[in-house]
Amino acid sequence: MAKLPITLQFNGGAELLFDNKKLHNVELISEHREWTIGKLLIWIKENLLKERPELFLQDESVRPGILVLVNDVDWELMDTVNYKIQPSDRIVFISTLHGG
Amino acid sequence: MQYFYILEFLYRKERMTSKDEISELKDEILELKTLLKQKEKRLKELINSSENCPYSTQLSCQEISRYSRHMLIPQIGMKGQIAMKQSSVLIIGLGGLGCPAALYLAAAGIGTITFVDYDEVEITNFNRQILHAEDNINVSKVESACDMLQANSNTLQNLFDKNKYDVVLDGSDNVATRYLLNDMCVLNQVPLVSGSALQMEGQLTVYNFEDGPCYRCLFPIPPPPDTVTNCGDGGVLGAVTGVIGALQALETIKILTKADNVMSGRLLIFDASSTTFLNVKLRKKQETCDVCGLKPKITQLIDYEQFCGSKAHDKVIDINILTEVENICVKELATLEKESVIIDVRPKIEYEICKLPNTINIPYTYFKDNKNSEDITKTLLSFRSKTSRVFFICRRGNDSQRTEASMLILSLLILHFPFTEKKTPEIEQDRDCL
Ligand SMILES: [Zn+2]
Repeated sequence: MAKLPITLQFNGGAELLFDNKKLHNVELISEHREWTIGKLLIWIKENLLKERPELFLQDESVRPGILVLVNDVDWELMDTVNYKIQPSDRIVFISTLHGG
Repeated sequence: MQYFYILEFLYRKERMTSKDEISELKDEILELKTLLKQKEKRLKELINSSENCPYSTQLSCQEISRYSRHMLIPQIGMKGQIAMKQSSVLIIGLGGLGCPAALYLAAAGIGTITFVDYDEVEITNFNRQILHAEDNINVSKVESACDMLQANSNTLQNLFDKNKYDVVLDGSDNVATRYLLNDMCVLNQVPLVSGSALQMEGQLTVYNFEDGPCYRCLFPIPPPPDTVTNCGDGGVLGAVTGVIGALQALETIKILTKADNVMSGRLLIFDASSTTFLNVKLRKKQETCDVCGLKPKITQLIDYEQFCGSKAHDKVIDINILTEVENICVKELATLEKESVIIDVRPKIEYEICKLPNTINIPYTYFKDNKNSEDITKTLLSFRSKTSRVFFICRRGNDSQRTEASMLILSLLILHFPFTEKKTPEIEQDRDCL
């Protein structure tokens, strides 16, 4: 089975839902023809999320206030959940901060 | 002479209790400060009226010396300095971000800076809010910052009607204010330099500038209130707000001097724990945006606290989910028998700062969602021989109430355990907190 190595990064407090670990190097197994971010979100929920998925996900996307970046670009410019993940992609989930 | 002062001091010390002395000193200092301010103001007037530069009608000799190290930079020059002198900047929030930003903008010679802040100076501010002097505790932050910078002050109402701002700088501490400022800036066509920080991270971007997005383009829906952590709970490192605040001042100067590459359509993510900056590309202005889009739904300001479901400040709101019988104040607790079991439900980091003797630390997160109920039941049962009363204590009286509410359910679980006596522990808690 082909493997799809990618880097996941959580910032701005989102890392608290993932064992307080910001960087996760993971290998997706491409049994599906291709991986989209939509599929990745479900994979994260099943494999990485330790607790309270509602603090991260909502309606098959990320919850309001979380920004997704694919290789340092806003996922809105990359077709959001439909983006097809490539090997070595870095996908960052960043929770916006409001303090000052 | 000195001898006389010492004698007088000794005499006074004997005469007054320290409380009287404190209030007398406060009054005396206030009087001297007012006098000092008047004299400084007059001195400034005299100095400013006596100088004219033969080479510039816009800048005085003193200003040219003062700003020379800026004016020597090709991207700024004489033109840029004059633009800054003629401009007007609004700073919202004189906290960890607003303080350094205001300091650099005032130092750069911005003509008018207006400050807005709802809050007063308190001791917890000093690790990062570098404009406020220690003797300004309980003074409004606006007044305190003006003391330091001699800028003008104002209140938010009608600010935009009366004034034209070239840039607004957002250093506020809550979601509702951030949406309010965004809409206000879009409706008045002013760029918004937005900064935020928490713990060891900071973020920076410029909204509503040229074809870049506004806050609503990125976040059409506000975050669920329980996902927002404030600096009062999470903490924030002063040097981090310093970095972001200084960068906000920088972006403001770039906008005013019409420099290229303003942080619009981009987001800077600063992670101080690894000293890394991530500079990412954001979407453009969204046609579907509720405020800056093609068919805006928002054409005037709305109720932002209602929209966000949270208050326009970062103070903690007390909850009240238990009845009076279930509450106990900390003084009462001290009079009770020593055998009581007291469980401190604050996070470990707070427990390490200070704690009552003979308490056990089990953080609230451990109780949450009943996920460790079996474990907790065992722990509680081990106290049975000692006492039938368990108290919960926390920092603000909120988490201990939540814990107890979930423990009331748990106590039923205890009854169902085959090896337990049919006596439910009486669960109480402390309401007045540390
Ligand atoms: Zn917009």
